[in-house]
Amino acid sequence: MKNSRRRFLKIAGLSFLGLAGSRMLPSSSAEAATAPAEERPVYRNGERAFNARHWGMVINTRAFDNAEIFAAVISACHKYHNVPDIASKQEVKWIWKAGYHETFTDQLDNYPAKSVVERHYPLLCNHCVNPACVRVCPTQATFRRSDGIVAMDYHRCIGCRYCMAGCPFGARSFNFRDPRPFVADVNSAFPTRMRGVVEKCTFCSELLAVGEMPLCVKASNGTIAFGDLSDPNSKVRKLLAENFTLRRKPTLGTEPSVYYII
Amino acid sequence: MYNAKYIAPGILIFLALFTLPFWYNFGAPKYERPALALPVTKTDCIEPRDVMAATHMQLLDTWRDMALRQGKRVYVSSGDKEWTISLQNTCMTCHVNKAEFCDKCHNSNSVSPYCWDCHVEPRGNK
Repeated sequence: MKNSRRRFLKIAGLSFLGLAGSRMLPSSSAEAATAPAEERPVYRNGERAFNARHWGMVINTRAFDNAEIFAAVISACHKYHNVPDIASKQEVKWIWKAGYHETFTDQLDNYPAKSVVERHYPLLCNHCVNPACVRVCPTQATFRRSDGIVAMDYHRCIGCRYCMAGCPFGARSFNFRDPRPFVADVNSAFPTRMRGVVEKCTFCSELLAVGEMPLCVKASNGTIAFGDLSDPNSKVRKLLAENFTLRRKPTLGTEPSVYYII
Repeated sequence: MYNAKYIAPGILIFLALFTLPFWYNFGAPKYERPALALPVTKTDCIEPRDVMAATHMQLLDTWRDMALRQGKRVYVSSGDKEWTISLQNTCMTCHVNKAEFCDKCHNSNSVSPYCWDCHVEPRGNK
């Protein structure tokens, strides 16, 4: 009796070791042979897509001196993206026009230059490096992509509006009602939004994916530059090196990617 | 059995209610797949037709995540063909008739996807 129990434990221990050991051996060659050469389906980037590590924008505000250029830039964006035209507190905006004190609230000089104060500035989502909206979003409906664009997934947005409270730039708008009746001519190449979601500028990520520049850049006749901030030879970095620029509310630490040449 | 005058009718009522769906559909016409308006210009879809019919919802779900979250907007199908990932600009350029294609099947299967709350219906409907 004593002996058989001893033998049982021996066999049990050995078989356990054998099982554990076989797991550690490299996988058998038969498994490798059955693996397909190249798996389908494959998802990949478009061949014409523009790629960057950190997309950024430099706006020459000296050239934004007339109503026409504002109208051209705003309507190019809003028409393509089916942004509803609602003239009330429920307004929806992706890119808009504002005065000096509204734009640069951190500028504390008592007697700023007259030309700077009287100027108007185009405002849009700053696609921050530390976006407050992304931190507060409970569903990850808004997120920062690897190329620096702060994007929105409207499918996931539950309309809690935390991001609107979090964004210090007012760049986000809520659809208090169905936006469709307020879109004059629906662009069938781009979706609209539905009631109860938050929307904002996307840096035209859908156009960058097919090798086109953002619409505001194209409509601005060269006054808005767009490029890779991480590349020292890019057009935006050259403009930043040559000009004095400001960012909006830098003291908040969100690190905007939109620069204004003053 | 005691209290049979309460229990027996109770059992009968329960059985009648429980089997109601069977009586309700008794003699009703058999379910038939609705005839869909397929695109006239093209014959090949993104994946084979039966795969699309069975799993287009999963495909669209993956497409959405790939395009929006990972920025990958090209899909290479099992047939080695490349497709731009877009409901409006790819799917609905062929399937121009939402009412006779999407809706017909969805309605007969009692599903109501919310795609078109945001995505724009093709012009073919008007």
